Amino acid sequence: MMNYIFCAMILFGIVVALLCGRMEAVSAALMNDCGAAVEMVITLTGTMCLWCGLMKVAEKAGLTHIISRALSPLTRLAFPGLDPAGPAMGAISMNISANLLGLGNAATPLGLNAMQELNKLSSTPGVATNHMAMFVVLNTAALDLLPTTVGLLRMQAGSAAPFDILPAVWLASSASVVVGVLLAKLLGHFTPKEKRHAKP
Amino acid sequence: MQSLNHYILPAIVSAFLLFGLLRGVAVFDVFLEGAREGLSTAARILPSLVGLMTAVGVFKASGAMDLLSHGLKPAADFLGLPSEVMPLALLRPVSGSGGMAIYRDILQNHSPDSFVGRVASVMMGSTETTFYTIAVYYGAVGIRKTRHTLPAALGADLAGFVFSSLAVLWFFGR
Repeated sequence: MMNYIFCAMILFGIVVALLCGRMEAVSAALMNDCGAAVEMVITLTGTMCLWCGLMKVAEKAGLTHIISRALSPLTRLAFPGLDPAGPAMGAISMNISANLLGLGNAATPLGLNAMQELNKLSSTPGVATNHMAMFVVLNTAALDLLPTTVGLLRMQAGSAAPFDILPAVWLASSASVVVGVLLAKLLGHFTPKEKRHAKP
Repeated sequence: MQSLNHYILPAIVSAFLLFGLLRGVAVFDVFLEGAREGLSTAARILPSLVGLMTAVGVFKASGAMDLLSHGLKPAADFLGLPSEVMPLALLRPVSGSGGMAIYRDILQNHSPDSFVGRVASVMMGSTETTFYTIAVYYGAVGIRKTRHTLPAALGADLAGFVFSSLAVLWFFGR
């Protein structure tokens, strides 16, 4: 899927640029945006190391276990069959807590940690499992209870009550999460998991 | 509101460290062990990010993004989304900084307390950069076949957008 999207975005972009005479801007994008990605990873590497380190401390101290037990009524619904006391569920719970608190910088490393734990449980390398898909879908939906960046920008733009949109945000977020979880559950049944029989 | 936010992070870090100390964990040694894993993860997500951000950059710079958002106007009308937020709906799942730039634009051209301004704000608050998340998370563990992840995630985004408009209509009127 990503293969087609990657090619389509670049090729379609180049064709449009050809028709609209915007080749110069496209060349600049080709030259500069790959560097921007490296800059982004460099910035991210610091928080990544910090949170993976802190996460390890929390794990060794048993804090992860406590948090994952607190979230288990919800996580068990989304991830049936996943060991509720296992390291994968622990990492998933830490990621969800960070997302709820709006700690995006912490949520990503914690989430990558969870992906690695889920990958250890997978018998099909290179193919996403249902748990992985569910977890990624949860992370593509916004679980943030207090979107501070949006509030800040609204305040700067002169809003009378920057956070008056909160109930609407929660409603839209919940709708998005519910639809995402249902789609992940439903589509998981219809997408082929692997071609194990095709191997000689 | 804003100042409370400054307390969350230090509070969590202190809780982690105190908990570790109380349980007799060799805090710094364990921290280093985890941080080293963080470093290798960061290196592993780099290639997918370079690919994705280049593709998004070309798509935006070429004007293809504007073309697409123009072409999808009938779909926006059908879903009840104001056409002013259409570029945001298209860019938000793809690029965090791009979505943010368009959002600022909308706030400048419409009041943040107008219908369009509120819908855009709710859209920003209730969705995430889907493609970035998928590329980074799957890139980190070498998943090539993402199966149903993208359709499910984009379905969730679409629901978020439609409900943004509905929720603002419901809570504030037009």
